[in-house]
Amino acid sequence: MAVDRIVAPIIKDAIDFDIQLKPYQKFALDNGVEVYAYEGGSQEVLLVDMVFDAGNTYEEKNWVAAATNFLLKNGTSTKSSFEITDAFEFYGAHLNRTCTNETATVTLHCLTKHFEEVIPLMGEIISQATFPEKEIAILKQNQIQRLLLNLKKGDFIANRLIDEYLFGFEHPYGKYSVEQDYKNINREDLVAFYDKYYKQGKCVIFIAGKFPSNIEALLNKHIGQLALNKKEIKEQIHPIVSATQKKYSIVNDAASVQGSIRLARPFPNRHHPDFPAAQVLNNIFGGFFGSRLMSNIREDKGYTYGIHSYLQNYKHAGAWMVSTDAGKDVCKATIEEVYKEMKKLRETLVEPDELKLVKNYMLGALLGDLDGPFQIISRWKSYLLNDLTADYFYNTIQVVREVQPEQILALANTYLKEEDFYELVVY
Amino acid sequence: MIQFEKFQLDNGLKVLVHQDTSTPMAVVNVLYNVGAKDEDPAKTGFAHLFEHLMFGGSINIPVYDEPLQRAGGENNAYTTNDLTNYYCQIPAENIETAFWLESDRMLSLAFSKKSLEVQRKVVCEEFKEHYINKPYGDAWHKMRSLAYSKHPYRWMTIGASLSHVEDATMQDVKDFFFQFYRPNNAILVVTGNVQTEQVKQLAEKWFGPIEAGTPYVRSLPKEPVQEKSRTMDVRADVPLDMLMMTWHMGGRFDEGYHATDLITEVLGGGTSARLYEQLIKVKQIFSSIDCYHFGTVDPGLLVIEGKLVKGISMTVAEKAVLEEVEKIKNEILDAKEVQKVINKTESVICFEDMSIMNRAHSLAFYELLGDADLMNKELSLYQKVTPAMIQQTAKQIFQDTNRNTLYYYSKS
Repeated sequence: MAVDRIVAPIIKDAIDFDIQLKPYQKFALDNGVEVYAYEGGSQEVLLVDMVFDAGNTYEEKNWVAAATNFLLKNGTSTKSSFEITDAFEFYGAHLNRTCTNETATVTLHCLTKHFEEVIPLMGEIISQATFPEKEIAILKQNQIQRLLLNLKKGDFIANRLIDEYLFGFEHPYGKYSVEQDYKNINREDLVAFYDKYYKQGKCVIFIAGKFPSNIEALLNKHIGQLALNKKEIKEQIHPIVSATQKKYSIVNDAASVQGSIRLARPFPNRHHPDFPAAQVLNNIFGGFFGSRLMSNIREDKGYTYGIHSYLQNYKHAGAWMVSTDAGKDVCKATIEEVYKEMKKLRETLVEPDELKLVKNYMLGALLGDLDGPFQIISRWKSYLLNDLTADYFYNTIQVVREVQPEQILALANTYLKEEDFYELVVY
Repeated sequence: MIQFEKFQLDNGLKVLVHQDTSTPMAVVNVLYNVGAKDEDPAKTGFAHLFEHLMFGGSINIPVYDEPLQRAGGENNAYTTNDLTNYYCQIPAENIETAFWLESDRMLSLAFSKKSLEVQRKVVCEEFKEHYINKPYGDAWHKMRSLAYSKHPYRWMTIGASLSHVEDATMQDVKDFFFQFYRPNNAILVVTGNVQTEQVKQLAEKWFGPIEAGTPYVRSLPKEPVQEKSRTMDVRADVPLDMLMMTWHMGGRFDEGYHATDLITEVLGGGTSARLYEQLIKVKQIFSSIDCYHFGTVDPGLLVIEGKLVKGISMTVAEKAVLEEVEKIKNEILDAKEVQKVINKTESVICFEDMSIMNRAHSLAFYELLGDADLMNKELSLYQKVTPAMIQQTAKQIFQDTNRNTLYYYSKS
């Protein structure tokens, strides 16, 4: 008998899955630094993520936090920049640095068998970095050149400006660096920032993967004796000053064949009770490949290679953002279609079938996102750094399972109003 | 060591299964043995455009994505010069949905006129976004046509020109589909929380009834050995001068392949690599510089490209790169440096193999090369590379007559 290809195979709805966030193990080093650990995985590899309260919210001059973070491994009291990198790379280990708004991280990826060789180096860079003048000069020069290049790109300009409209240039979420900022930095700025926010800073560690049996002792030896977590680091609060003008059109490159479109409105952080249900609404709107924005603007009209909406969830505030690059002649039409989709969501109840699809998709994707030790610890890290607990995880799942079309409509009426959105096109 | 089982259906479809019970997910990966290199030179960009059309509905299923999302799955695809690969990740309990969807679009597409019209536009926007509306976005178009005279690697997967994509007809689409998208020209890999027996049953049920096509015998023009150094000048509205050099290298089956890969690591792998240390840090001639290759099946290109520090002349920059190149030819590497790049490679392999998705991609790719088990032998092949092999391979590749140079000048 021929197989029936018309009728879909029976599925188990993802909303019926029992999705668990596997718990972490926790221990403290001698100096009080807390370590959150998730052990598992099929490969003999691990990651160590040291998170400092050293994001750009703490800097007094633009770019100091990022530059300090970047130059951590460019020289210590016993090793040159090259010697440090070469030592990590000899063991196939990777040391990455990232600086964000509130936190700055130093992340090590390495083979389990080489952990013992590389962890002392990690301790060294966070306690003995020297910030050589020459390294600073090279970074400045290359950073200015990178900026010149980025300023040619419409999407880069658009990303900076939309954040400035939302949060204001004086706020860490809204500010950005200009050429003069790079020139203004000197070694004293970096050393002072380093002493306060790394050397004697506040740190928390996340580890995941396959651990060597003596990992606790090794962390204690190389990190646990450092002068961390001794002084209180006060959280910096900056006022948000949103722009009053709502619509912007900017010509960055007259020859451009596309426009970078950003539509955004302020939105609360994850502690707000609307957040989980808003994620469902966002998925219907523009949060995945099957969303309304994608179906209409890419798959029906072909105006763009991709269009997405997302909830920007910073620690203290956020935004609801729509982002796309569209053909120059269809930018206006694209924006009109986005507003039409908002209107539809405000006025017409979402069909139960569409809502169920989105719920299944979200929970299936969540199951996939939690697959693997690095993914699990990364989820925990995102929660712990934002003062969220496992309750947030289970509550979100419950809301996704239970949310009804009427609530979606109500949320759209609260949040997806054309007049609340900043509108920017950079050509 | 990635364990797997392998069988073949009567219609020629190769099936590989890798079980990992630690995950609740499964990955279904279908690789078609067709890439941009198989395109008609007058209709380039087709393999990639086709990848888009594969989501525009199949003979029995109007929309591909919807049922998959309903089953909690996600999918994507990519096209290279050598192959086209489709994959979905789905909760293992719903794996049959992926078989249903993938087999139906192998059986036949819906060939919807609307889908072709829209995807032509979407790909044109993709072309603009990545290759026109971006500084240096045309560099690789120019380099490929400079470095290759005969072999179809001379065009990009996105296509040689927008017009090729705009002119694609429904007849082109149908011909392409029935030539290449047949079970005997495909490899199905299933990884994750699955049993081989279950996969066998599902594969027979859903893919078994699809008829085999005429076997595709690839016969591509061989690139003649380059006999003279080639150069090209470009002037464009970019902020910085860029220097891009390529040298022809062996393909995936070349005995020097692993040594070549390690050469790119020695020169360009990370911030302790030679080009970064010497040309960015010590001499400060470049603000960024990379050395890499694409790992293509047929003979490919080894690339060095970098942006110059403002005020440095192209001549000085070129000379500095060539000095590093000469060094690797003339001075044998010490054992420690070789050990470093081998260690790095081991690490890359271990991290890559963490996810069932990457394992599926690798199994499919190595099976395309002839034997999926090659993936388990890769590391030992790297470990066999000696300093002398690196030097010898460097001498073969880094010859002036084998070099293509793009001088990309800033107008300002």
